[in-house]
Amino acid sequence: MNIVVLVKQVPDSGLARQLDAGLRVDRSGANNVMGELDEYAVEAALQLKEAHGGEVTILTLGPDQATETIRKTLAMGADKAIHVCDEAVAGSDALATSKILAAALGRLEWDLLIAGAESTDSGMGVMPHLLAGRLGVPALTGARSIEPDGEGVKVEHQRDNGYDVLTAPLPAIASVWDTINTPRYPSLKGIMAAKRKPVETLTLGDLGIDAAEVGGEAATTEVLTATDRPERSAGQIVTDEGEGGRALAGFLAAEKFI
Amino acid sequence: MADILVYVPGIGKPAAEVLTLARTLGDVSAIAFDDRAADAAAEYGAAKVYRVSADGADDYFIDPKATVLIDLARKVGPAAFLLPGSDEGKALAARVAIGLDNGLLTDVSGIDAEGTATQDIFAGATVATSKITKGFNLATVKPGAVATEPAPSEPVVEAVEVTVAEADKRVRIAVRVDEPAGDRPGLAEADVVVSGGRGVGSSEDFALIERVADALGGAVGASRAATDAGYYPHKFQVGQTGTTVSPQLYLAAGISGAIQHRAGMQTSRVIVAVNKDADAPIFGMSDFGVVGDLFQVLPQMLEEAEKRG
Ligand SMILES: Cc1cc2nc3c(=O)[nH]c(=O)nc-3n(C[C@H](O)[C@H](O)[C@H](O)COP(=O)(O)OP(=O)(O)OC[C@H]3O[C@@H](n4cnc5c(N)ncnc54)[C@H](O)[C@@H]3O)c2cc1C
Ligand SMILES: Nc1ncnc2c1ncn2[C@@H]1O[C@H](COP(=O)(O)O)[C@@H](O)[C@H]1O
Repeated sequence: MNIVVLVKQVPDSGLARQLDAGLRVDRSGANNVMGELDEYAVEAALQLKEAHGGEVTILTLGPDQATETIRKTLAMGADKAIHVCDEAVAGSDALATSKILAAALGRLEWDLLIAGAESTDSGMGVMPHLLAGRLGVPALTGARSIEPDGEGVKVEHQRDNGYDVLTAPLPAIASVWDTINTPRYPSLKGIMAAKRKPVETLTLGDLGIDAAEVGGEAATTEVLTATDRPERSAGQIVTDEGEGGRALAGFLAAEKFI
Repeated sequence: MADILVYVPGIGKPAAEVLTLARTLGDVSAIAFDDRAADAAAEYGAAKVYRVSADGADDYFIDPKATVLIDLARKVGPAAFLLPGSDEGKALAARVAIGLDNGLLTDVSGIDAEGTATQDIFAGATVATSKITKGFNLATVKPGAVATEPAPSEPVVEAVEVTVAEADKRVRIAVRVDEPAGDRPGLAEADVVVSGGRGVGSSEDFALIERVADALGGAVGASRAATDAGYYPHKFQVGQTGTTVSPQLYLAAGISGAIQHRAGMQTSRVIVAVNKDADAPIFGMSDFGVVGDLFQVLPQMLEEAEKRG
């Protein structure tokens, strides 16, 4: 089974993040990491490859520095990577991003595409279905497990109150939550091997996409304003010296919860 | 008035939220695939209901519904099309965006008739306003963001009969596994949520969190550290990759308050924390906090509540 994994580089969600002067996600900082759910997508692909053979290709659309993220995926064990990198992409909305990723996917031979269920920056959680719509390929999203099913694929789609077992023929698109596995750390050997693995860099021209179709000018949505949410201010904090529980009960009673 | 299309899911609160918001924008035409959704549309003020019967659609994932939504959007030419911010709602919205080459906003907490939407970004640290510049206002509504209010109506019902196309039958729902909800209120719907974190220390000790939840008539939640450690089932996780809750009261016990956890509970009306570390970030956002051992504080609180009860 040949698998393509969609990986996006994002600002670390554990640290402060902001929009830049142009109201776009500020990616200039040094704190860029692999999309946190994308690590689970890479791990899922590697486990499928280890059990059933095939090749794992990483596909990333992002600026120059996204190569650091690509290196990490190769060090984890992916075989090769495609990096779509073009200045004209800056400011693209989700629709344009899906157009570019779809064009890149059109050049590859693949059976299964695995993405994170949502990116941890814009966090829209729509890319797998945007691609399914564009490519006319079935999508089995929100997976907590993925396994082959005869000639097709089977996933457990996670819901709030249970799960659904979904099956589909290949090629297909899946997306994963963090319940699916525990991503591996790259080994020293993996890090060394990654240096020799092929990374192909493509521009919009290589994909036959006109720069005017993507980027900020072509965006179908616009951010008008951005303000920091006023921090919730701390209220009364008491230290328990034997009466903490009673103080808590008093607060809850005053607020009419008990 | 403008036509507002709404995809109404067959579950209570998300249906009520999206309908309540849509009503403020114009005349609501609700798309309902089952009776529960049609009933919700009438309870929350829809002017019209497209009552879809698509034989066998329930056996397949997303595609049959997506096709119906794309066709209706094309036919109606709405001013806005709102969907719930569930996984299903987002998937359907993405299909509509591609089908009609239309802009898309996700997780809006509000939107006005001009199409200016508010969105929480970066796990809620930033509030942005944004709008769609191509096509109608297609948006998914963030769970918990809208205060719901019934407004019973007698909608005109238009039956829509659909035959599911072969191409929409590729992703089969082979098995549905429902995990029993138990007696407590659902996490996303509860007025009170009592959550335990790594500090609870074991699955046995989560019984204390359950006792507190029951005393307050609430649901039990958990941090990811607690679900990862197997103290409590994953479906109770609150946060960025779990459920977003917005109850009247959120009580966090043994939870540090990492940004990914805060993303799922920071719009709660009252936040209370018990943590033995005075520097835990959760205290910075709590209306009331007790620095102390949860195994001392919570049992004493329960005892006192019983006395007052
Ligand atoms: C992509 C991604 C998504 C994530 N999504 C989520 C999510 O959806 N939800 C989520 O919760 N997290 C999420 N996380 C994890 C998050 O970063 C934190 O690791 C997690 O929230 C920590 O849980 P915790 O507060 O229970 O544990 P800790 O941070 O370990 O805190 C435990 C707290 O308990 C206190 N404590 C210990 N013993 C006691 C006692 N006896 N009495 C009182 N207090 C005590 C300690 O002082 C400490 O503050 C995500 C992380 C990533 C990278
Ligand atoms: N620029 C990108 N390059 C590669 N993959 C992406 C990109 N944007 C989104 N994805 C993939 O799509 C998933 C969902 O993204 P989103 O819809 O932005 O929340 C991510 O977890 C990635 O797997």
